[in-house]
Amino acid sequence: MSERKGRFGEFGGQYIPETLMNAVIELDEAYQKYRQDPEFNAELTDLFNQYAGRPSMLYYAGRMSRDLGGADIYLKREDLNHTGAHKINNVLGQALLAKKMGKTRLIAETGAGQHGVATATAAALFGMECVVFMGEEDTRRQALNVYKMKLLGADVIPVKTGTGTLKDAVSQAFREWTARISDTHYCLGSVMGPHPFPTIVRDFQAVISKEIREQMLEKTGRLPDAVIACVGGGSNAIGAFYHFIPDKEVRLIGCEAAGRGIDTAETAATIAAGRMGIFHGMKSYFCQDEFGQIAPVYSISAGLDYPGIGPEHAWLHQTGRAEYAAVTDEEAVQAFEYLSRMEGIIPAIESAHALAYAIKAAPAMKGQNIVVNLSGRGDKDCVSVARYRGEELSE
Amino acid sequence: MSRIRQAFHGHALIPFITCGDPDLETTELLVRKLAEAGADLIELGIPFSDPTAEGPVIMSASERALKAGTTTDRIFEMTERLSREIQIPLVFMTYANVVYSYDSDRFLKRCAETGIDGLILPDVPYEEMEEFAPYCKKYGVDFIRMIAPTSEHRISMIAEAAEGFIYIVSSLGVTGMRSSIQTDIRPMTEVIRSVTDVPCAVGFGISDAKQAKAMASVSDGAIVGSAIVRLIGQYGKDCPEPVYEFVKELADAVHSLDPS
Repeated sequence: MSERKGRFGEFGGQYIPETLMNAVIELDEAYQKYRQDPEFNAELTDLFNQYAGRPSMLYYAGRMSRDLGGADIYLKREDLNHTGAHKINNVLGQALLAKKMGKTRLIAETGAGQHGVATATAAALFGMECVVFMGEEDTRRQALNVYKMKLLGADVIPVKTGTGTLKDAVSQAFREWTARISDTHYCLGSVMGPHPFPTIVRDFQAVISKEIREQMLEKTGRLPDAVIACVGGGSNAIGAFYHFIPDKEVRLIGCEAAGRGIDTAETAATIAAGRMGIFHGMKSYFCQDEFGQIAPVYSISAGLDYPGIGPEHAWLHQTGRAEYAAVTDEEAVQAFEYLSRMEGIIPAIESAHALAYAIKAAPAMKGQNIVVNLSGRGDKDCVSVARYRGEELSE
Repeated sequence: MSRIRQAFHGHALIPFITCGDPDLETTELLVRKLAEAGADLIELGIPFSDPTAEGPVIMSASERALKAGTTTDRIFEMTERLSREIQIPLVFMTYANVVYSYDSDRFLKRCAETGIDGLILPDVPYEEMEEFAPYCKKYGVDFIRMIAPTSEHRISMIAEAAEGFIYIVSSLGVTGMRSSIQTDIRPMTEVIRSVTDVPCAVGFGISDAKQAKAMASVSDGAIVGSAIVRLIGQYGKDCPEPVYEFVKELADAVHSLDPS
């Protein structure tokens, strides 16, 4: 089974309608060709460095480390990328690939809006049409990002079906792709969906761990003891883990959104609360009921509010290579406030899930080095965190 | 020869309804009515929370059915009762996770026990057949393959592995009524005919008797879903009569292609 195409162990695959099969085969062939093309890679590196602001800094969080009194904590500053999150890495890669394939239109799903903004940005840069599907509930939670996408020239389609969140936006983007394939590339935002998306997105995000590795060796002379990242679909986490997977001494820790707790129905912690299934093109773990109906998940973070997890994470979990922990809304909000006051950095509420784990783990890890992937900036979350604390903001 | 193959003795009309929309009691009545109206085979949808191949009409039906408390177990109880009296074959249309999460072996075993003749899974393409095909084979349930307007050179590969009947997807996009079907079906059926004698039926977008007849005339049958499900949504529990009238019209049109 492990030799099957696009599989991570038994996870992954291509569970999609026949109508899309030639589209994903064409994408796979194009990717296999361009991933080895020096000109393509030079163009992408140029976009990363000249447009997105790479390499992103690795910042030693001295005050935080001293305050916690244990491990030394380093923050990988993906929040400083253009558009404010790691999402731009994948989007520039896919947009360039789509352009090489002769596509003129990008469609995307978005949860928190970060991937939508990044896709709208790349579409503007490449002069492509752009349509972003976003759950209606999320368009309310992330109104500023909706405005940004429109400003960048994209159409934003609110998705009213189901729970009106990320999973419904993904479903609607797949439906749209089925209806219009020839000029359209579906710029999927995470390491999920049918093969080749989990591999393509991982490869474009792997620049994060490539840089962390070099930066840690330069700063500390050794590899980190642990790399911590938040996981929804899992693209920033796989990006931060990838180049450390062969280094068994480096602990890889993914932080899922527990919402109001993994023992409640209001959670999005797929590994903790889900079981194996087949959905959105892949075999992986999903939050679902006993008859396989996908669960209406919940998290304060629109970006982690997804009932599944990328197939490579499912495999890293099953093989024990990576650990997955669940972090509640309350813990994430506390970490959001903590980093703001302690280091003067307002993190995305998604990234705050990873920070919360680091804050808990660091005191017992004296003499060790932790890298937290600060996957995005938190401006977009101020309104919802204020609301969580009982304060209504208006401009 | 499977019961499904036998259903294609002439041109076939295949209606689709979602189980449990608006409730299972109505579905059970509807199945009898569809058979009475002249359906040659009935496609029964097991509702799924996130039906990615469906348009708004069938999506809403799935939502209504799940809200009414429809479960896979309760559907099997219904098909078990129906199979004692319904002579035409019944096939399930659902999504991979519904079967997988039930345990594929147990699901197909229940299909065989309750008189289900075939299974359609729109999110399982040729490449992933092996996930379910062994269980279909074990219990003698035909695994219906789909061919789309984008299939091109894949058509013969898919058709060679086909059993029961071949589901030709008429158009790009999701299920739902269309004012016209643009795809030229004939070249697709010609390729299919060159590799297999498994019958093929056209679905997606057929909204009236005229279209049903036209699509059946270039294949072996017509599949009508959204146009029927829309009536169910409109009339609720009172739908069996209007659905009967509509399906009878469809069946008569399709059957008029056959010498009497």
